[in-house]
Amino acid sequence: MKLLAIDTSTEACSAALLISGEVRERHEIAPREHARLILPMLESLLAEAGLKLSQLDALAFGCGPGGFTGVRIATGVIQGLAFGADLPVAPVSSLAALAQGTYRETGAQQILSAIDARISEVYWGAYRAGDAGHVTLEGDETVCAPQHVPLPVGADWFGAGSGWAAYETALQTRLGGAAYTCDGQRYPRAYDVALLGAGIYQRGLAVSAEQVLPVYLRDEVAWKKSR
Amino acid sequence: MRVVGIETSCDETGVAIYDSARGLLAHALHSQVALHAEYGGVVPELASRDHVRKVLPLLRQVMNQADTRPDDIGGVAYTAGPGLAGALLVGAAVGRSLAWAWGVPAVAVHHMEGHLLAPMLEDDPPAFPFVALLVSGGHTQLVRVDGVGRYTILGESLDDAAGEAFDKTAKLLGLGYPGGPALARLAQRGDPKRFHFPRPMTNRPGLDFSFSGLKTFAVNSLQMQGGDDQTRADIARAFQDAVVDTLAIKCRRALQQTGLERLVVSGGVSANTALRERLGRIAGEEGAQVFYPRLEFCTDNGAMIAYAGCRRVQAGQAEPLAFFATPRWPLDVLAPP
Ligand SMILES: Nc1ncnc2c1ncn2[C@@H]1O[C@H](COP(=O)(O)OP(=O)(O)O)[C@@H](O)[C@H]1O
Ligand SMILES: [Mg+2]
Repeated sequence: MKLLAIDTSTEACSAALLISGEVRERHEIAPREHARLILPMLESLLAEAGLKLSQLDALAFGCGPGGFTGVRIATGVIQGLAFGADLPVAPVSSLAALAQGTYRETGAQQILSAIDARISEVYWGAYRAGDAGHVTLEGDETVCAPQHVPLPVGADWFGAGSGWAAYETALQTRLGGAAYTCDGQRYPRAYDVALLGAGIYQRGLAVSAEQVLPVYLRDEVAWKKSR
Repeated sequence: MRVVGIETSCDETGVAIYDSARGLLAHALHSQVALHAEYGGVVPELASRDHVRKVLPLLRQVMNQADTRPDDIGGVAYTAGPGLAGALLVGAAVGRSLAWAWGVPAVAVHHMEGHLLAPMLEDDPPAFPFVALLVSGGHTQLVRVDGVGRYTILGESLDDAAGEAFDKTAKLLGLGYPGGPALARLAQRGDPKRFHFPRPMTNRPGLDFSFSGLKTFAVNSLQMQGGDDQTRADIARAFQDAVVDTLAIKCRRALQQTGLERLVVSGGVSANTALRERLGRIAGEEGAQVFYPRLEFCTDNGAMIAYAGCRRVQAGQAEPLAFFATPRWPLDVLAPP
C-alpha cells in the first residue's frame, strides 16, 4: 500500500511516504513555519518516489492534540488533498504518534506521551506496545495539570514529549518515580503517523475528506474577546 | 475558466465558483454571527474552529449547484489577508492544497480587493478607473482604482472603522452584536434635530477619517439625557447622520480631487439605506454614477474572492506551494497580475 502522512501538531513539522511498509520522511523543528514547509515536503517525497497523489491509497495526519493552529493546518491541508484527489484519510492521535516513535527508536514498551499544552497543562496519554508493532492507548487521552495526570498501572514507564521538558519535576513527583526515564526532546513525527495510519486504513477505519476534523481535547478554553 | 473562491478571514465562511465566460455559477455562505454574539465580538479561536468544519461542506454544495466537476476547475483562490491569522490559515491550507491536488494554479487574494471588485459581479459593472469607498467592520478607506491590482489609498480611518463605530455605539445603546443594522433601524424613529454630533475631520482638507470620538458623544448624550427609548433612538439618529454625512463629504471630495465619474461603495456598512440615499444624491450633484454590489455581497462572501482570483489566474498568477496568512496587508502594496 501507498500512504502519505503529515504532522504539524507541535514545533516539529514532518511529512512521510509509506510504500509497502517502507517509510521515507522529511522532518524539521520549525515553530510557526508549518504552512511554508508542509506542501513542499510532500511534493519532494512524491517526486523522489516518482508518484502522483492520485496513485496513493490513503492519506494520514496527526489530528491532535497539540497547537491549535498547527493541528488546523494539518487538517486543512489533508481536507484539501483528500477532497481534491478523492482519497480516504486515517486520523492519527499525535500522542499516539509520539509514543509509536518512542517505541520504534528506543524499544520502550510503555510510554507516557505528554505534549506541552501551555497554561500549565499537558496533553497526556499512556501507550503500550501491542502485537502488530503498534502502540495502543491505555485509558483515555486527556488535558490536565501535570499534578493531576492519571496514574498509570505498573512501573517501567518511559516519558516522552515536550510536556516532559516543560514539567518534568511536577510529573515525576506525581508519578512517584514510576517514569524513571524521560525524553523531553521527542515530537510526534509523520513517520509514525504513517505507520499507525496504515493500520487504521487496513482495519477499514479511514474517513472521507468532509470527516477530517481536528481533535483539540481542550474545548473549554476561557475564550477571550477580540474587540 | 472556472475558479473556486474561499473566504475565511473573519466570521463568515464563503465558497463560490466564478466562470469567466458565464459569470457567477454558485455561492454559499455560513455566517458565524450567532456563535460570537454571546461574547459581544468575534472570538478568533472559535472562528477558526468553525471555518475548518464548514469549508468542505460548502465546497461540495457549490460544486453540486454549479454542476461542476474537478476537471472543469482552472484555479483556486483563497483570502490570505487581511484578517484573523488562524481563520485565514484554514482557507489558505484547504485552498492551496486543493489546487495542488487538482493540478491547477492557486491565488492568494487580498480581502479588500475582493470587496473593491465585488460590484463587477453585477450586470452593470463599473468601468475602470473609479473611486471606491470601502466601509466595513474592519476598514474605512477611499481608494482610487485604475485596474485590478492598481490601487492608490486616498484616505482611511485613523482609528475605528465605520462599521466598528456602528457596532460600538449600538452596544452602548444596548442593541447586541453586531449592532450596525439594529442601530440603523432604531435611527429611523429618531429625531434628527435633538442631538448634533460632529463630522470628524471634515473642516480641514484631506480624505482621512476618525470615528472613535463619536462614541464619546453617544456616551455623554446618554448620561445627560437618560436612556429612555426615544432618547436612544435620537442618539442613534444623530450618530448615523454624523457618519453618513462625514462619509458623503469625503466621497464628494474624492470625486472632485480625482475628477473621476464613478463611485463604488462596498463593505458591510454599504448596506446602510441612509448612506445609499445620501451618496446617490451627492453623486448626482457631481455628475457621477454610484455602483454597489448586491446586498448579500456587501458583507464577506466567497463570490468576490472567486472573481478577484479568476482575474488573477487568467493573467497567469500562481502561488508557490508554501502558503501564508497575511493578517496585516496594506492594499496599496498589491500589484497588477
Ligand atoms: N445597515 C447597516 N448600517 C450600518 N452598519 C451596518 C449595516 N449592515 C452591516 N453593517 C456593519 O457592517 C459590518 C460588517 O461588514 P463586513 O464587510 O462583514 O465587515 P468585516 O469583514 O470588516 O468584519 C459590521 O460592523 C456591521 O455592523
Ligand atoms: Mg469584509
